[in-house]
Amino acid sequence: MGEFAMFLRYVRNCLRAQMLYPTAFLLRMTTQFTVTIVEFAGLWALFARFGHIKGWTFPEIALFYGVASTAFSLVDMSTRGFDMFGPQFVKTGDFDRVLLRPRPATTQLVGFEFGFTSLGRLAQGLVALGVAVALLHVDWTTAKAALLLWAIAGGTALFAGLLVLQATLAFWTVESLEIVNTLTYGGVEAAQYPLDIYAGWFRKFLIFIVPLGCVVYFPVAALLGRSAMTGLPAWIGAVSPLAGFAFLGVAFLAWGRGIAHYTSTGS
Amino acid sequence: MSALALPYLAILRARFALMLQYRAAALAGFATQCWWGVIKIMVLAAFYAGHPQQPITLAQAITYTWLGQGLLALMPWNADPEIAEAVESGNVAYERLRPVDTHSLWFMRAIAQKAAGTALRIVPMFIAAAVLLPLVGLGAWSWRMPATPQAAALFAVSITLALLLSAATVVLLNIAVTALKTRRAASVAASIVNPLSGMIIPLALAPAWAQGFLFWQPFAGLVDIPDRIYFGNLAGAVALQGIAAQILWVALFILAGRFWLALVWARVDTQGS
Repeated sequence: MGEFAMFLRYVRNCLRAQMLYPTAFLLRMTTQFTVTIVEFAGLWALFARFGHIKGWTFPEIALFYGVASTAFSLVDMSTRGFDMFGPQFVKTGDFDRVLLRPRPATTQLVGFEFGFTSLGRLAQGLVALGVAVALLHVDWTTAKAALLLWAIAGGTALFAGLLVLQATLAFWTVESLEIVNTLTYGGVEAAQYPLDIYAGWFRKFLIFIVPLGCVVYFPVAALLGRSAMTGLPAWIGAVSPLAGFAFLGVAFLAWGRGIAHYTSTGS
Repeated sequence: MSALALPYLAILRARFALMLQYRAAALAGFATQCWWGVIKIMVLAAFYAGHPQQPITLAQAITYTWLGQGLLALMPWNADPEIAEAVESGNVAYERLRPVDTHSLWFMRAIAQKAAGTALRIVPMFIAAAVLLPLVGLGAWSWRMPATPQAAALFAVSITLALLLSAATVVLLNIAVTALKTRRAASVAASIVNPLSGMIIPLALAPAWAQGFLFWQPFAGLVDIPDRIYFGNLAGAVALQGIAAQILWVALFILAGRFWLALVWARVDTQGS
């Protein structure tokens, strides 16, 4: 069986297990949708009062918002194994068993628990994208649609890289480092706005250290025809999402170093 | 000290001591809240740059944001985790057997938990945002001092009421969890409490037509009313109205909780194990 077929089997098993309690399943999903959609509604309320944010309008911000939120929800759904890596695998010694099985650790961790709950956040991201597309006057071409999907793909790779790094740190700290949540959850929050509204040091951090700007800001600004706001030519937006994949690559290199360093807690 | 109050005070002290143990979690929480505070403030500043004439000034909105981040642990998002666990394991029967008043016991537990969690977060937040930021020359982004001595005094009253309101809400969630026998029963709380307390945006910045409702609904008393009293946006008679609204909701929540708990305790069935 190929890795992808294996992954699908994991997903199916997980769905079956979670559907044993259908009410709880639906309740969790709905809760996540309402919690995240009221945040989006709060954004709308701010625009109702202020009109614009440094020249950006509500539908434009909704597009940034939708791309960031959608990408994060896709990662949140499929990386529970990495998110819980410290307490669930290192501390308990369960990672020994993962290493003994004749399958890559990555497949097993991705399949560890599929977070269908995150469909609630995905729905919120899609609502934001829907609002943006409905209110914006963009002439949609195949190239623009492809750029949108490309931005979401780059964002997904970047957030996945953050989760892999969080898990890698657990090889040394054993405990899960909640501090990384500032970069994941805090990162979604930051990437929901165009970077030019932020202070210079924060903008640089989001371009060069954790390249959220490259995967959301540059491509979406190019799509909106407002690359002038970024101070860079529009074609940057078409290549910058690659940074997300580069980040994921670096994260996996570190992950490999972590596995080589791994010694069981022996429990 | 009346002997009747002793068990409730004992639980208050024990819970408080327990909560202070989680220093590492508090540190991570503190870092997260600083980060969020910084993002929220930059976003608000960008909005204000276009239209500075608003019901509250940018400096007030910044203070509001820091205070709100410091009060994050006060939010009644969930039932008491130990009660929820007891419900799911069936051990909640022991709660029924204790020779004390369950509502008061749960109320004290909630007060201790919320007070300790909040104290652990608001003190470092104050030091960072109100003391260190001005020292490094970022006074424009700092947590300001209370508007007047009267505002400070009223704030002390209002924040205490916010603690009681939060604890009374937690007890209501405990009862919901007990009645429905799943901790998920409390999971709707966050989506109601977050927007209505002012945690997402300051309620003063919400549309004008919603202001009357937002002021008198129960959850404004958690963050919005104490914050606005702090920086003098609610002063004099209006501040007293805000405090009256808080007292009203604390009383109503306690009464409703006592009544509901009596109903639930009369015919509680527990999960056996």
